[in-house]
Amino acid sequence: MKTAKFIVVLAGLATVHLSYADGDASEGKALYRNYCTQCHGVTGDGKGVNIPDMAVLPRDHTDTSEMSARTDAELTKAIKHGGKAVNKSVLMPAWEGNLNDQQVANLVAYLRELCCNK
Amino acid sequence: MKFRFILSIALYLCGVSVQTFGADALAWTAATCGGCHALQDPLYDQKPVDERANRKAPPLFYAGNKFRRDWLVSWLQKPDRIRPAGYFPPAHVVSGPDGDIVDETSLQQHPDFTQQEAVRAADYLMSLTPYTARLDEIEYAPGSISWKMGNLNFGKFRGCDACHRDAPDFGGVSGPELYTAWDRLQPKFIFSFISNPAAWDAHTLMPHVELNPAVVKKLADYLKVNGEDEE
Repeated sequence: MKTAKFIVVLAGLATVHLSYADGDASEGKALYRNYCTQCHGVTGDGKGVNIPDMAVLPRDHTDTSEMSARTDAELTKAIKHGGKAVNKSVLMPAWEGNLNDQQVANLVAYLRELCCNK
Repeated sequence: MKFRFILSIALYLCGVSVQTFGADALAWTAATCGGCHALQDPLYDQKPVDERANRKAPPLFYAGNKFRRDWLVSWLQKPDRIRPAGYFPPAHVVSGPDGDIVDETSLQQHPDFTQQEAVRAADYLMSLTPYTARLDEIEYAPGSISWKMGNLNFGKFRGCDACHRDAPDFGGVSGPELYTAWDRLQPKFIFSFISNPAAWDAHTLMPHVELNPAVVKKLADYLKVNGEDEE
């Protein structure tokens, strides 16, 4: 019985705590193209096609120092719950309803590659 | 004759009434629109998300639940672009010195229809109504809202203008323009799509955000007021 409970807890932890290390950056790249480039830009520099009328510019994902200051948990929260959830702009929408946890982890893995594997 | 018979059987099996539309009209619409638009449910939810990048144009298999017929007839004769960056923006956007820009040369122009063709296509498209029950469940009575409050809500509070234009010269370009939405779309579709875009398209690029019905009504009413204001 104890073993079964332990396995259930472990499974729960594995599900809840997906980090970028669990993500597939190449899958994340495809998702980034679909959902993020419109604002964050095709190169991830924050200069997407939507920005001319924006009051707040999107994050530059190629900025190594800025991105290094963000934890995986912060990035995950911003993607899932939107900019407002991390005290940033409402222009960044919440994607929790469109993307599952694995897809969000894939995106975070790609962000790490974009910002810091140069 | 044999072709018509086979086509009639095929269309009947797809739930389309051949009595309402002659086989010629159906074959014409399928040949004219079906090359780019999905006229039958492609079951997006059973495909990987990558499929979104391969679509040429919006699915039309629920066109009768989405569009207003009069708008369809009119637009098909003068098909001005609704999505400034195309149906799949990443395929039409390139990096420029001051930021990304739309590569206009990559965008396809929708063909112009004659009045007769537009009526024929609209009649057929309006018969495609697989989600009538979903819309019947919507309780939305279009109302009024102060344009200023609606505009603030649309832009500053909800951030919809990041992707959508609510005026010809303001807003994002990756989503469809919304200053024409009220003319174009059925009110209950607008309400339903804002409430749950993923129910209409599993791989929609519109964020599916949990909004209570009062918030959705404010947004839908703004599209009404704003659309009427644009006329």
